[in-house]
Amino acid sequence: MKKIINNPNQVLQDMVDGLIAANPQRLKKIPETFVIARADAPVQGKVGLVSGGGSGHEPAHAGYIGKGMLDAAVCGEVFTSPTPDQVYEAIKAVDGGAGVFLVIKNYTGDVMNFEMAAELAEAEGIQVEKVIVNDDVAVEDSSFTTGRRGIAGTVFVHKIAGAMADKGASLEDVKAVAEKVVANVRSMGMALTPCTVPAAGNPSFELAEDEMEIGIGIHGEPGIDRGTIATADEIATTLTEKVLEDREFSGEVAVLVNGLGATPEMELYIMNKKVHDILADRGINVYKTFVGEYMTSLEMAGCSVTLLQLDDELKELLDAESTAPAFRM
Amino acid sequence: MELGVLDIVKWFELSNEKIQQNKDYLTSLDRPIGDGDHGINMARGYQETVNKINTVDYAEPSAVLKDAAMVLLSKVGGASGPLYGTAFLKMSVAVKGMVVLNLRTLTGGLAAALAGIKQRGKSELGEKTMIDIWGPVVDYFTKGEISSAGLMEIVSSALETSKETMATKGRAAYFKEKSIGHLDPGSASSFYIFEALAEVIKEKE
Ligand SMILES: Nc1ncnc2c1ncn2[C@@H]1O[C@H](COP(=O)(O)OP(=O)(O)OP(=O)(O)O)[C@@H](O)[C@H]1O
Ligand SMILES: [Mg+2]
Repeated sequence: MKKIINNPNQVLQDMVDGLIAANPQRLKKIPETFVIARADAPVQGKVGLVSGGGSGHEPAHAGYIGKGMLDAAVCGEVFTSPTPDQVYEAIKAVDGGAGVFLVIKNYTGDVMNFEMAAELAEAEGIQVEKVIVNDDVAVEDSSFTTGRRGIAGTVFVHKIAGAMADKGASLEDVKAVAEKVVANVRSMGMALTPCTVPAAGNPSFELAEDEMEIGIGIHGEPGIDRGTIATADEIATTLTEKVLEDREFSGEVAVLVNGLGATPEMELYIMNKKVHDILADRGINVYKTFVGEYMTSLEMAGCSVTLLQLDDELKELLDAESTAPAFRM
Repeated sequence: MELGVLDIVKWFELSNEKIQQNKDYLTSLDRPIGDGDHGINMARGYQETVNKINTVDYAEPSAVLKDAAMVLLSKVGGASGPLYGTAFLKMSVAVKGMVVLNLRTLTGGLAAALAGIKQRGKSELGEKTMIDIWGPVVDYFTKGEISSAGLMEIVSSALETSKETMATKGRAAYFKEKSIGHLDPGSASSFYIFEALAEVIKEKE
């Protein structure tokens, strides 16, 4: 393992301190926790937005804290869900009297820990609602199993629900628009190399020099196909087609080509070019494109493609102001 | 059989010993069908639990269980933290006010714990989770007559059965058929917890 760290057991602490040091006017750490909040939290009368999960996905989620996006992010250990007491601290820190909204990625651990925190907060009289993001089309959608994972599409939920809350909308309306984003967003990823959790010391899986895995999750969960590496155009086609097969896209969409941590922007732009060509062939208009690292998986090489079906409401909220360090609009 | 405060503390101490001894093994079980953190999470949580319950003089088993639940909830993380935390919290509530637990009240406590796990995990028997151990254990206790040897038999065979099951809940569910033949890490840690309970019961036989 070769990493710029001090001690594998201290990465979370060190990262959080460095993140606050980088944004001292905008962010604050809630004492004795790994919860990061807007410096001016709680914003009175506004619905507070909380997200979070395991660390290792930076800039998710703390990079999305700011006016117009999240009010707080709970940072768990690397790839491990944060505990209910931490999430509960975040809820209390952002409750400005209008209720708190939780954005949860669909992983068993995250869902259970956030739900327990919500129960604790409700027992204290704080109103809490949630949405569970499950945009990864690589996983079968089934109500009998754990179901689909939440990946890069989560960033659009942060942005749009955050903008809605910033307008002064009620908890109910924030929930409704968040659910609308979840219903309209789909993603799929692929990897060229695995990544190493600092505390584990070894890569979580192996991929040969000439291999790639299609449909992989952001913690290295299995995908749908492992094969010989293909060209960017072929990869872009596979990912985009699978996303397009999953639901009907038409009119205008937002595109997110996301790097998983070790993929140069150059390669992401090469991918993006093909994604645009495919959409153009189908007569789908791209309203806005985001290319870069939004939801990473430590130093994994690879990328994901996310499409969000837009309408007038979603366009307006997507365009609204955001001061979040990793999503300035 | 009657279990008092010290027996319940002993249960957690013995569980902790087994989990510490098998930390790497539990983690290795979690690698092929999970994310390779189960042993690390459980070892951290159980050590902290034992540290905590050794510093307090408890009046009744319920209080031990409640403290253990709160420590597990905040220190284990992952999926197993809220599951074990919920289990012991429900058990604590079910046996509140009792200075000693007899077979009937212990059974009630374990049944409440199982119900808590099912509710929190939205899962049932046969989905390759720790429920595959807790379910048969509660059935065994419910029959009204137990022995440490009988309990060991039940948990051992439950673990074997669960190994051949396909996962539909938790992280292992992404592996679908490939999860068959692998031991579920949460079932293995539950196995140690009941092996520890069997040892506590044996002392009373
Ligand atoms: N829905 C569920 N219901 C009951 N038990 C579950 C459920 N999901 C997982 N488990 C149990 O939890 C164990 C995994 O615990 P672990 O602490 O490794 O969590 P995890 O899934 O890796 O979470 P995270 O990824 O957040 O770390 C599984 O082996 C299984 O026995
Ligand atoms: Mg695990």
